[in-house]
Amino acid sequence: MSTETTTAVEKKESLFSKKNRKLLTDPLDDSNPITVQVLGICSALAITVQVQQAVIMSLAVLFVMIGGNVIVSLMRNIIPDRIRIIVQLVVIASLVIIVDEVLKAYSPDISEKLSVFVGLIITNCIIMGRLEAFALGNKPGPAMLDAVGNAMGYAWILLAVALVREVFGSGAISFPGMGQVKFLPDSWFYANGGFYENNNLMILPPMALVTVGVIIWIQRARNRSLIEEN
Amino acid sequence: MKALHKLVEERVKPNFTGEGKLKRFWVVFDALETFLFTPGHTTAKGVHVRDGIDLKRTMFLVILAMVPALLFGTWNIGHQYYLSLGDITAADPWNAMLFDKLIVGAIKVVPLIVVSYATGLGIEFVIAGMNGHAINEGFLVSGMLIPLIMPVDVPLWMVAVATAFAVLIAKEVFGGTGMNILNVALTARAFLFFAYPKQMSGEIWIHDVMASKAGGVLADGYTGATALGHLANTVGQPVQGEVSNGVMAMFADGGLFSLMNCFIGTIPGSVAETSALAALIGAAILIWTGIGSWRIISSFIVGGLVMGVIFNQLGLNAYMTIGPVHQIVMGGFMFGAVFMATDPVSAAQTNTGKWIYGFLGGFFSIMIRVFNPAYPEGVMMAILFMNVMAPTIDHYVIEANVRRREKRLTAAVA
Repeated sequence: MSTETTTAVEKKESLFSKKNRKLLTDPLDDSNPITVQVLGICSALAITVQVQQAVIMSLAVLFVMIGGNVIVSLMRNIIPDRIRIIVQLVVIASLVIIVDEVLKAYSPDISEKLSVFVGLIITNCIIMGRLEAFALGNKPGPAMLDAVGNAMGYAWILLAVALVREVFGSGAISFPGMGQVKFLPDSWFYANGGFYENNNLMILPPMALVTVGVIIWIQRARNRSLIEEN
Repeated sequence: MKALHKLVEERVKPNFTGEGKLKRFWVVFDALETFLFTPGHTTAKGVHVRDGIDLKRTMFLVILAMVPALLFGTWNIGHQYYLSLGDITAADPWNAMLFDKLIVGAIKVVPLIVVSYATGLGIEFVIAGMNGHAINEGFLVSGMLIPLIMPVDVPLWMVAVATAFAVLIAKEVFGGTGMNILNVALTARAFLFFAYPKQMSGEIWIHDVMASKAGGVLADGYTGATALGHLANTVGQPVQGEVSNGVMAMFADGGLFSLMNCFIGTIPGSVAETSALAALIGAAILIWTGIGSWRIISSFIVGGLVMGVIFNQLGLNAYMTIGPVHQIVMGGFMFGAVFMATDPVSAAQTNTGKWIYGFLGGFFSIMIRVFNPAYPEGVMMAILFMNVMAPTIDHYVIEANVRRREKRLTAAVA
């Protein structure tokens, strides 16, 4: 399906024209869905305790976003305006159910850890937002790029936050398929007469918020045009 | 003084100004110069009177008010240490060994103060240098408060991490001194409480109690838990049960946590929070110099007393049967009321707002401490919570004032 749409777009405009490339790169930085638009915060706070959950969550969101954006973009001319939200919801919900079932089948333990948050992808504002703001008015090719860009923008924040939280909160690193690897020697910890202790606050959601806040701080210190005037 | 002034003005200053070699470190010079001499600033326009009591003198007076608590705390660390070893008895706290006690205390307190100031001021210097701001004295009080509310045996690197977190996240992010929403010192304490719960509870209130226990030299029956720690055990127990009776015996006259001991402060606890008396001396200095708000301090105490009376009436567990006066002289209540709640930046700004802010702060302090044994020190939570609520309180106080004046105006016109 994607090859067909790609050739259709290429007739007028290259899929990787400068404008389309911006669709891919903008969400990574200047219009990042989490740090600039402040969407999808709930899942970013809830599932960033371990990197492996963040990776799986990012992949799930990537899949749902690409699917949703392309499908809605293909149907954009036949969706009646009045019921478009319901149609979008049906599309997203079907995709989320696919993700949920696949996760349950192939990686039940991570599925258990992500618990309701896979199901809650349906209500992830980033996805609804991109469908409303982009897919409904654009061809499938750019819609796909937009989906990839935004999903990646979501993913790198998630991974960055999860990395900080897991390293300082659990003294470990995890990756899907690899499990969690504790890299600090046991003898470092107070329980074994050492001098170190993991930061328990990192495991609690408030620290995820603070970590996202620090990323926002750094981003706005680098790019002052992002600072709101009041 | 003249020679020093000449040296600073002629030899040192040119290095930092204009094209001097060290002009990147101007903020450092500026900060240190104002320690030596009053800056020669004059107002450029408008009102030409500069208030003599500036930020530095305010901060200095608060530190002065903390000195009784600090000295008593230092002594008390040593006192509790020898008590835990069984070298002295609780019945006679004013015996000899004054200097031994002070030395043990100083060994614990001085590193805490050094770490807190070094970390906090280091971050302030770097940030001020990056932003081209002048370094101000805002951290002087926070840097002193942080060691005073730490458990005695807390690892020093944790103090450094907590201080860094508090200065960066609670203060610099919001724009530095005078812009913070939360009390900086309490943020550091709360950070430690949640980040390292294992190190912030249990046997850390007495110097080396773990080692004493391991070495078999610990005095019989000495546990090293704080008053609030003991009382937390009674929650969920029958009022006249075995556990409750055992704990309440310590709070009766002649026990370790008798009303008098709690008031004087010869009990285990954070470095300088144990003595209600020292906190009250500090309160007297703050109120007399007009730096601390007497409205906040008094309403905070009243709030705690009211909650204590309510709990007395309920009497559902042994914790609730503790007298209201006894409640407010335990733990960090007094220290919090005098030095934390009165923080002029994070407290309510309006006079009516200060009454509400203080009252609710005291009220919630006792409530949290009794209802939730997982948070033995309710004062920290209550003050941070009221810090967050303070702008809302002020908003409604001002709105009410606007409405009252509006009504008066319409009445006068009609």
